[in-house]
Amino acid sequence: MAQSTVRKTMTFGEGGLAFVFAVTTLLCLVGAAKAHDAPFAFHAFLSAAASVAAVFLIFRGYFNRPAELPGQETDDGRANYNDGPIKFATLAAVFWGIAGFVVGLWIALELAYPVLNFDLPWINFGRLRPLHTSAVIFAFGGNVLLASSFYVVQRTCRARLAGRLAPWFVILGYNFFIVIAGTGYLLGVTQGKEYAEPEWYADLWLTIVWVVYLLVFLATLIKRKEPHIYVANWFYLAFIVTIAVLHLGNNATLPVSVFGSKSYIVWAGVQDAMFQWWYGHNAVGFFLTAGFLGIMYYFVPKQAERPVYSYRLSIVHFWALIFLYIWAGPHHLHYTSLPDWAQTLGMTFSIMLWMPSWGGMINGLMTLSGAWDKLRTDPVLRMLVVSVAFYGMSTFEGPMMSIKAVNSLSHYTDWTVGHVHSGALGWVGFVSFGAIYCMVPWLWNKKQMYSLKAVNWHFWIATIGIVLYVSAMWVSGILQGLMWRAYTSLGFLEYSFIETVEAMHPFYAIRALGGGLFVVGALIFAWNVWMTVRSGEPAAVAQSAMQPAE
Amino acid sequence: MATNEIDAVTGTPTTGHEWDGIKELNTPLPRWWLWTFYACIVWSVAYWIVYPAWPLVSSYTTGLFGYSSRANVAADIAALQALRGAKSIALGKTELVDIEKDPALLAFARAQGRAAFGDNCAPCHGSGAAGSKGYPNLNDDDWLWGGTLDAVYQTIQYGARSGHAKARENQMPAFGKDGTLKKDEIVQVASYVRSLSGLTVPQGVNLEAGKKLFADNCAVCHGDDAKGNQELGAPNLTDRIWLYGGDQDSVIDTIANARSGVMPAWTDRLDPVTIKALAVYVHTLGGGR
Repeated sequence: MAQSTVRKTMTFGEGGLAFVFAVTTLLCLVGAAKAHDAPFAFHAFLSAAASVAAVFLIFRGYFNRPAELPGQETDDGRANYNDGPIKFATLAAVFWGIAGFVVGLWIALELAYPVLNFDLPWINFGRLRPLHTSAVIFAFGGNVLLASSFYVVQRTCRARLAGRLAPWFVILGYNFFIVIAGTGYLLGVTQGKEYAEPEWYADLWLTIVWVVYLLVFLATLIKRKEPHIYVANWFYLAFIVTIAVLHLGNNATLPVSVFGSKSYIVWAGVQDAMFQWWYGHNAVGFFLTAGFLGIMYYFVPKQAERPVYSYRLSIVHFWALIFLYIWAGPHHLHYTSLPDWAQTLGMTFSIMLWMPSWGGMINGLMTLSGAWDKLRTDPVLRMLVVSVAFYGMSTFEGPMMSIKAVNSLSHYTDWTVGHVHSGALGWVGFVSFGAIYCMVPWLWNKKQMYSLKAVNWHFWIATIGIVLYVSAMWVSGILQGLMWRAYTSLGFLEYSFIETVEAMHPFYAIRALGGGLFVVGALIFAWNVWMTVRSGEPAAVAQSAMQPAE
Repeated sequence: MATNEIDAVTGTPTTGHEWDGIKELNTPLPRWWLWTFYACIVWSVAYWIVYPAWPLVSSYTTGLFGYSSRANVAADIAALQALRGAKSIALGKTELVDIEKDPALLAFARAQGRAAFGDNCAPCHGSGAAGSKGYPNLNDDDWLWGGTLDAVYQTIQYGARSGHAKARENQMPAFGKDGTLKKDEIVQVASYVRSLSGLTVPQGVNLEAGKKLFADNCAVCHGDDAKGNQELGAPNLTDRIWLYGGDQDSVIDTIANARSGVMPAWTDRLDPVTIKALAVYVHTLGGGR
């Protein structure tokens, strides 16, 4: 790049954003002063502190940067990728992952041994459970999605991430949302809607962050140097757009006061239930499926060094998947006051969803044709492939459980918990680990992960953990369902509720053991990531030129 | 398409696109996948024809057989009632005292009572009705408010200190808190009461003084012989059965601060036949009078 003599000036973005955060600081302080409840005051102070930190970071960034802003391309004409925010989100994913898994293990132990509640309100099951689900889905999964989508969209568009501060705003803003949500749960702040527990002010903040995320992603797509948009980006875009719609629909609340944490949803009764599960199921469908399929479509062919199995299949299953998923929510409300016709639609669309889901599995697995031998030598690829296998398994199990006759046995039992975790630990967990194992050496210019042996250990320990977890929940769920519906020959319930709870105990202990193994695997993973970043063997020079560090 | 590169491993042409080194094969849709997808769609359409499926402006398509899950629930309940059959009706009509005379009806009542007990009574009295601190054991023959069938029936219906107008009501005074007795006097009464059950009492306590204090303050409800009074719900203090513990500290605590356990009234929560069945079940657990 030619030596420039540009005079250093603050950009409109830097100045404007600093001003907005300065105003936000004042507003937050007013909110803290007039707060009706202590958690709201705490969150207002936290927001004020974060706004001050944002102003500080913007000015520090300005003083430390050269006069000339980073270009779209490097000197040799390659796209000048912006990897700083991606690195942050990757490490945040590792951190939140460990936190979420450990809380999950703790509540599994609380179920098996209730004494572990210690009669403390902050750590009772009711508050820790949403902390666990939000930490693993939104904090861990969300950061993996943010990091990988920003990584993939740049590489597959051959374009630098749009915006200079915007990507950082998305990553840091999203993680601040996580902090507000998580601390809120422990203090008892909740909307009481599963997977949508954060209160109105956290929801509003997330909306702003999410819109900026969408804009960054779209703007990067628009300035792409490739003629076509790669399939991974279709999935990421579907995920971003749909989550925005779901979030707005299921969080349509009216706060009791703008200075208080409590709000009430505008929907009532069964309509609220329908909104909740339209949201809830599509959090699974678009957050935990579409987004992670985007990850699969980049990292599996990349790591296997093979072409994607079928372009046509990717088109057909993409459109089928996003069209059908959005209808499936009512299957969470079988045999309730939801009208029969809605239950029928929820069930049949779930059945029709089976093959579109398997289209993704086929494309993932068959991409390995010609590279199956790599499974023996590459534990990262093995992790990715097993994640796709778990995806196939849980997307068969899901439609099966949506059939009303099956659901009448499985609903409200641990079978559901087992199903969710075969998807969450096996599919989402493993594909995330695989993607991070790929991305970390690429982002930090290392030859490979610090220890492939450790990846192997992580793989086996976590796999055994998942098998223990899922099979324990299958047995306990089916046992539970059968005990609940058992009648004596005289026509009375065979078992009291507490007897069914007692019968679950051994399976809860096994589940906690399985979860414990998964946590052990994740700790090995975190150690390996840390060691790779700190002291991994540097990549060859040619490669580092291809992937300039931020 | 012919111009596109052929993948050497599979022999399949690629689409000719490439992103960051990733290419795509132009493999056709797997036939089994496509046909299974079609089959799921056909099955779903057929299901929509048979069952309620699509909303209309002010109604919905009801399906061929007019299926309704509400009607299904009603049918299930009817089937259950048919299974319980005549015995359930007989249980409702038979006088309480006559139920235990009919072995078949007794077995039926006990079965219904056991099921109802497990989900309604067991949380306090325990799955085996053995009770725990503050919650009486229902297997023994020690009764606070009487162990006859009628007495048990009344207690279940209206509860104790439940707020119901017909609830079992009494209140033991809190002798310590109210200042009626001094600390050392409470120790004397407690020791005396415990001695009635043959328990060893601390040395140096004046049991005679305890006996006198008992006669002055406690006998009016618990009786001169301390054997209690079920009319008043005053427990027998001589039988080594202690609802709140029989160690020295617990008895002192009881005398000083009193106790007033609550049992809910079930008459508004359970149907009359179930309450009858529960009364029979509890009465026949082993301690019924």
